[in-house]
Amino acid sequence: MSDFTTPPYLLQERSSVRRVMMQVLLALLPGVAAYVWLIGPIIVVQLAIATLAALAGEALMLRLRQKPLGLFLSDGSAILTAWLIALSFPPLAPWWLIAVGTLFAIVVAKHLYGGLGQNPFNPAMVAFAACIVSFPALMSQWPALGLEASFLEQLRIVAGIAPRIDVMSGATPLDALKTALKLGNGTVDVPTLLATQEVFGHFAGRGWEWVAGGYLLGGLWMWQRRLISWHAPLGFIAGLSVLAAALWALDPQQFADPLFHLFSGGSLLGAFFIVTDPVSGCTTPKGKLIFGLLAGLLAYIIRVFGGFPDGIAFAVLLMNLCVPLIDMYSQPPIFGLKNEK
Amino acid sequence: MLPRLFSFKGGVKPQTHKTPSVQEPIGLAPLPARLYVPLHQSIGGVPNPRVEVGERVLKGQVIGGADGWLSAAAHASTSGTVIAIEDHLAAHPSGLPTLTVVIEADGSDEWIARTAVDHRSLPPERVREMLRDAGVVGLGGAVFPSHAKLAAAAGVPVEELVINGAECEPYMSCDDVLMRERSDEIVRGIAIFRDLLDARRVLIGIEDNKPAAVAAMQAAVQAQGEDYQVVAVPTRYPAGGAKQLIRVLTGKEVPASKRSTELGVQCFNVGTVHSAYRALAFGEPVISRIVTLTGNLERPRNWEVRLGTPLHELLALGKPKDDTDRYLMGGPMMGFALPGLDAPVVKATNCVIAASPAMFPPSPPEMPCIRCGACAEACPHELQPFELYWFARARNFGKTQEYHIFDCIECGCCSYVCPSHIPLVQYFRFAKSEIWSRERDKKAAEAAKARFELRNAREEREQAEKAARLAKAAAARAAEKKSRPSAAEPAPVEALAAAASPALAADSVDAALVTPPAKSADQPSSAQPALDAEAVKKATIVAAMERARSQRAAAPPRNTEQLSPEQKRQLAAVDARRAALQAEEVAPVAASGASGETAKSGEQQGTAE
Repeated sequence: MSDFTTPPYLLQERSSVRRVMMQVLLALLPGVAAYVWLIGPIIVVQLAIATLAALAGEALMLRLRQKPLGLFLSDGSAILTAWLIALSFPPLAPWWLIAVGTLFAIVVAKHLYGGLGQNPFNPAMVAFAACIVSFPALMSQWPALGLEASFLEQLRIVAGIAPRIDVMSGATPLDALKTALKLGNGTVDVPTLLATQEVFGHFAGRGWEWVAGGYLLGGLWMWQRRLISWHAPLGFIAGLSVLAAALWALDPQQFADPLFHLFSGGSLLGAFFIVTDPVSGCTTPKGKLIFGLLAGLLAYIIRVFGGFPDGIAFAVLLMNLCVPLIDMYSQPPIFGLKNEK
Repeated sequence: MLPRLFSFKGGVKPQTHKTPSVQEPIGLAPLPARLYVPLHQSIGGVPNPRVEVGERVLKGQVIGGADGWLSAAAHASTSGTVIAIEDHLAAHPSGLPTLTVVIEADGSDEWIARTAVDHRSLPPERVREMLRDAGVVGLGGAVFPSHAKLAAAAGVPVEELVINGAECEPYMSCDDVLMRERSDEIVRGIAIFRDLLDARRVLIGIEDNKPAAVAAMQAAVQAQGEDYQVVAVPTRYPAGGAKQLIRVLTGKEVPASKRSTELGVQCFNVGTVHSAYRALAFGEPVISRIVTLTGNLERPRNWEVRLGTPLHELLALGKPKDDTDRYLMGGPMMGFALPGLDAPVVKATNCVIAASPAMFPPSPPEMPCIRCGACAEACPHELQPFELYWFARARNFGKTQEYHIFDCIECGCCSYVCPSHIPLVQYFRFAKSEIWSRERDKKAAEAAKARFELRNAREEREQAEKAARLAKAAAARAAEKKSRPSAAEPAPVEALAAAASPALAADSVDAALVTPPAKSADQPSSAQPALDAEAVKKATIVAAMERARSQRAAAPPRNTEQLSPEQKRQLAAVDARRAALQAEEVAPVAASGASGETAKSGEQQGTAE
């Protein structure tokens, strides 16, 4: 099959899987930069741990599957999975949790399904879901923003040497809001909470707003470079905001506004870097829109009414299941047959 | 004044590399010592050889006559002697040989008698025939016989005639130089096609990277006072695909399942138009074409080359550089690697590219598909190439058809953009050829089944006929025993006898079935059931024969299709011998036939009485 000596394989655009993956990694950098500003360089350490684990897992599986090591190790896909895991896990999660999650993503979610291009589920989201189910406590401990810990101290926490309790009393802004509302049992309302609690910033989580803004920036750059189409992100943002807006309009005391939801948790990371995954997502324009829309709706429902701090991972995994069906029924009409049937 | 332009989706913008070959005007390639003219240079029937080995031919003489309507004649491209009619390497990716007339040039280059005609003074049918016999085919590279495209679809007037000068393939410039240098003849030729199709508007589409060609064509149109519109279309591969150009100029989209004339539009390449004009206005059949000789050469240039010129002689004119490692025919997007340089220049040879590893570096290794959809975005026919790829890989050919694989024009845009460097078009060609071969197998199986059923029906019929004869004799005997002859009685028997005749249609069977009850009042009661059973049996037989006949009609005989000219010649010889023998036998056969007839009718009368 691979006869590259005859047309049309003589001329090719300067494009490759590696190039695509590297550009996506590049697009993550604004978000990473904001993350470093917010939490400190520890996130870079976590990115490195995840990358190492991913490459080790990838190398092991490639050897077992007797695939060319150099070609696939350098394609950048494993690194992208690793980064998405490191960025969606709590930043002070113990190193082994990140490593286990990444290995699970690469070995089980990716290679056991056939490797690059074959995985029906988003590997990073599989890792997140597996870990939050297996280690719910560790996965919901976020650094309390008021308590400043030095980089060294953070390192000791990640390495498992220092006790976790002191600095780990925090939760994500989403979780904080949900817990406060639950504890308040009708006596507290969202506007007061947002205005008074320290964990909240201008319109979402303090500082986390900027991280989300970084992802938004990277996502827009990818869209401008035509690495991703607008369909899936817009669908996701629409799905999330429409439901959030509807409930917020009904009862602004008990439900946060759409902007809060968009800039909290993994919303924008999900919108631009998770639901746009071509392998596990839909492929047709209409399909991408539906996929994003339903993933956004589900994410909102799970994060607001479910027991987990955020709902993106489960929403995306559930939607991954629907991809073949959506794709089949959203095939676009072809040249010359647009007015048929 | 400028028409509104439409756009097609997808497409790519590779580097064009057209400049080197347009630095010099068209050169006239020298006459080679020997010409290898393949008989089959177009889509459709393989022309039959019209010359013998040893025969002297003149330049322009028909050496292969069009075989059927969808075919085009082949001509000697110089005067000389036919020294062989044999299989010779063809300019085809398969590298398979094809029947070729080898002419040793005598150097005098003597034309046949040429007669110029005015197409307006001839009936359109005659013009089409003349184009076929002049070997006019699509010179854009598809080599479809042009005369077969020159009829409007029933009930749909041709709104637009699109003249294709887009030339979107990189490296290629033969149409560009032709339009620059011979715009006058092209514009005159357009009138032939416009008149035959009775087209209301003529649109000449040229990619905007050829301003000189656009200007030349505009000047020619103006000078001749025609109302044709010369339109510069955006440069984007494959804008020169007929369907894409039609879309850009008219907004109409022609699917694979339709002919463009069904949508009231038709498209011809500028080179084709030019050759048609030469054929009618000068009586010169297609014996040469413009070929772009470019790539890794000292001297890239366009040449007017006689058909049949061996490629190595043509390439010598360009002086390939030392690191040339292969040669391509056609462009780098849709062409193919030449199997050898002994192959001749044919009507499809629009461009020959000398390639080097530096020009076309080896592609990076193939990676798995990541479903990124870049191919779907690049596909000008808005297909989902990656889905087709998955289905073709899984040999799920039904699904490939469901996803419109036959709408794929193999333009190569998907392969061009694929980040995983997957040879997508090759998967699609594989799937298409598998589907074709399965359909062939299915047809063959159906034909075999029909043959088998026919034989069964025949045997059944013969047995039934025998039984019927015996039964009839018995019935006659029984009737004789009753010895009550009446006028009405012979009727049912006659009807039954008629039903037994294989030439009878179904309605007479009904008659046979209906007749006995009608006559039952006059019938002896003992004969009644026998006759009914008889009639049913006869009807069954006739129905079986009808079924067999319709199956035979549905499955045409296969083994007489796609014969080589050699086989056709043998068949013709056999037919001739048979005809001669039959002519000798006519008299005796006729006599015996006549006597047989009388004997039969006598017998019939005998039984009736």
